[in-house]
Amino acid sequence: MGGPIVSDVEALAARVPDGASVAIFKDQAPVALARALVAQAVRGLHVITVPTGGLAVDLLIGAGCVATVETSGVTLGEHGAAPAFARAVKSGRVRPLDATCPAIYAALQAGGKGIPFIPIRGVLGTDVLAHRHDWQVIDNPFRKDDPIVVLPALRPDFGLLHAVRADRQGNVWIGEEEGLRIIAHAAHRVLVTVEEVMDADLMADPVFAAGTIPAFYVEAVAPAPGGCRPLALRGCYGEDAAAIRRYVERARDGRPVGTWLEPVAEAA
Amino acid sequence: MTAAAPEEVLITTIARLLAGSRHVAVGVLSPIPGAAALLVREREGAKVSIIGSRDPAYRIGSVALFDLAAQGRIDAFFLSGGQIDGGANVNLVGIGAYPTMQVRWSGSFGSAFLYHLIPKVILFREEHTPRTLVERVDFVSAAGSSPPGTHRPGGPHALVTGRGLFLWQRDEGRFRLVSVHPGSDLADIRARTGFDFDVEEPLPVTALPDQEELRTLRSAVAPQLGSIYPQFARRLWGAPAAA
Repeated sequence: MGGPIVSDVEALAARVPDGASVAIFKDQAPVALARALVAQAVRGLHVITVPTGGLAVDLLIGAGCVATVETSGVTLGEHGAAPAFARAVKSGRVRPLDATCPAIYAALQAGGKGIPFIPIRGVLGTDVLAHRHDWQVIDNPFRKDDPIVVLPALRPDFGLLHAVRADRQGNVWIGEEEGLRIIAHAAHRVLVTVEEVMDADLMADPVFAAGTIPAFYVEAVAPAPGGCRPLALRGCYGEDAAAIRRYVERARDGRPVGTWLEPVAEAA
Repeated sequence: MTAAAPEEVLITTIARLLAGSRHVAVGVLSPIPGAAALLVREREGAKVSIIGSRDPAYRIGSVALFDLAAQGRIDAFFLSGGQIDGGANVNLVGIGAYPTMQVRWSGSFGSAFLYHLIPKVILFREEHTPRTLVERVDFVSAAGSSPPGTHRPGGPHALVTGRGLFLWQRDEGRFRLVSVHPGSDLADIRARTGFDFDVEEPLPVTALPDQEELRTLRSAVAPQLGSIYPQFARRLWGAPAAA
């Protein structure tokens, strides 16, 4: 069978080379795909959290897959701090590129539009700006005495997404999770795991079409039921809080890759 | 009615600061500011958006939040910080020299942006100690003030802690302690604050919630809070009756 549908999550992960930049959305994060990247021992990733990261990003960091994390924040929310992230940044093993949420969205939107940079309000006078040597301050060309921050467009090598459903053409339904669309428009290559692949054409149904990423933005789709577990996926399943707590306990101890995988695998 | 709990004093103190706001945004992990915003919604009909909430009544798209803020369509918002300093700078990144810090927190989130743009930003940190309220933050996630000539419609309005209420004086670039909560006093606050500040004279005790505020809080806000911040609502008010 040709087309965008591939057999499984491992086949998607195999497309991501060492050193790639990968964008991951804060919600419905692709945990199964992250686990497959860990299993394939991918190294040196530049992870762009959109705009923040959670368990999937912490797992990749803890398993040694990540060299740089470009982020506005990595946290496990109600489950507390992200243990692998904090340890890796403190030790210098992972380089942080601290950002602020609207800057990550804006830079990706610039990437999606094919423009070279985008201005953004605020941010002036912060250490976020001071440490971002790729960001600049210019004078508003349309008004005097109005310094404004400009960001280079972000075009990640990969967008790694999980969604509820796709069709056989590779159209991906994202509902109201517009962050997934922003990633899909900006990334050079978009790899998607889904709960189900359906036979109907998502674009033929106006109710679905409005919330669907068209297939021409999508390189490949793999079925991965439970692909967010132990995180929740709205409309499909709730979070497995006990599994997340087990992950946190192990991650705090800094145990090696094999055990990092275990608590997530248990929940799948 | 039973006497006001310390959390209820904080909630009504913040709600009074929010008076007149048409649209208040608050984080999904901030129950005390969230309760204050809902109290203002009950009393004045303010729109409340809870960032990260899935509830259609409070949900706000994350791009929409930033776009609305930049247009001036969000009136009030809350920030907290691992460190807050006497210049109202907020640190959400960590302690020590960046990037390999001794303590690393999660990150700046939207603070670097929203602090410039939302007119009334209320800094809220229950813990009032010299380690949280410092002379100078180790990392400026969000800057308390900007040089003249900067587009800066927004910024700090007040700092509320578990011990007292400070108002930010934009022209002076300093906090002014305007009331102490019951059980605290000026000497206590001075000992627990790492930065210098001005003091209102005479210095009053923070006004307790009045009967109407307490009734609205317990009868109308508590049931709503139970679905958004269940652990907090249960701890403060027990299991509230279904709305």
